[in-house]
Amino acid sequence: MISTGVLPVLITTFLASAVEAVEMVTIVVGVGATRGWRSTLIGAISGFGVLAVVVVVLGAALSRIPIGPLRLVIGSLLLVFGLQWFRKGIVRVAARGLQGMAGEDPRESAEQWRGPGMDWTAWFLSFKGVVLEGLEVAIIVVSFGAGANNYAPAIVGGAAALVIFLGVGFSIHRSLRRIPRSFLQLIVGTLLTTFGTFWSVEGLGVTWPASDGTVVVLLIIYAATAFGYINLQRRRTAGLTAAA
Amino acid sequence: MNRVWSWIIAVPRFLYEFIVGDDWTVAVAVLAGLVVTAVLNANHIVAWWLMPIVAIVMTEISIRRLHPRG
Repeated sequence: MISTGVLPVLITTFLASAVEAVEMVTIVVGVGATRGWRSTLIGAISGFGVLAVVVVVLGAALSRIPIGPLRLVIGSLLLVFGLQWFRKGIVRVAARGLQGMAGEDPRESAEQWRGPGMDWTAWFLSFKGVVLEGLEVAIIVVSFGAGANNYAPAIVGGAAALVIFLGVGFSIHRSLRRIPRSFLQLIVGTLLTTFGTFWSVEGLGVTWPASDGTVVVLLIIYAATAFGYINLQRRRTAGLTAAA
Repeated sequence: MNRVWSWIIAVPRFLYEFIVGDDWTVAVAVLAGLVVTAVLNANHIVAWWLMPIVAIVMTEISIRRLHPRG
C-alpha cells in the first residue's frame, strides 16, 4: 500500500485534533478556574492515564469503538449538568452583572471547593472532558494514520495539537481567574450545554444540518438565549422591587 | 465497615447531585426530549431541532421555579 505524503497527514491531523484539543482545554481550564485547580488537574491527569491505557490496549482497533453510544451518554450528562450552570450563571449575572471577586455573593463562594479532600465534581468534569476529547483525538489520529498508511505524522500532528493548545490554555488561566466567576460559570455553562446538546443528539444517530459547524450555531443561539434571559430576569427583579 | 457503607451512600448521592442537581425537572425533560428525538429519528422525521428547544424552555422554567425573585 502506498502511503500518503507526510505533510498533508500532519496538517490534517493537527487541525482536526486542534478542534478537539481546544474543546478539552476549554472544559479543563473552565472547571479549574471555577472550582479550583488541584482536583481538576488530578482529574485531567487521570483522564490522560485512562487514555494511555485505552490507546495501548486497543491500538489500531480504537477507531472501531462506537462513538455514538459514548457521545449519547457523555452528551446527556454534560447537557443536564451544563443547564444547571447555564441557569445559575444567568441568574447571578442578572443580579450582579460582571462584578469582580471583591463583591461576590457568599452563596457563590460555596461552589469553590474548600474541603481538605478531593472535589469529585471538578475531578469528574475534568476527567470526562479529557477522556471524551482525547478519545476523539486518538480516533482521528488512528483513522488518519491507517487511512494514509502512515502513522508517524498522524501521531505527531495529534500530539502537537494537544501540547500546543494545552500550553496556551494553561498560560491564560491566570487571566481566566480574573474574570468574575458568575460570568465564567455562564460561559462554561453555555459551552457545556452546547456540546451536551450536540453530542447527545448526534449520539442518537441524528444528523445536524451543518455537521460540526452546528456547534458554532448552537453556541450563538445559547449565548443569545442567555443574554435575553439575563435582561428578562433583570426586568422581573426590577418589577418585584418596584412593587415592594 | 462504616467507611465502606459511607462510600456506598456517598457515591449515588454524588451522582444524583452531579447529574440532577437542584432541579430534577430539567433532567427529566432532557431524558424525555432525547426519547422523543430518538422516536422521531427512527420514523425518519427531522429531529435535531427538539433538544435546543427543550434546553431553552427548561432554562426559563427552572429560573422561574427556583429564582422567582432573582
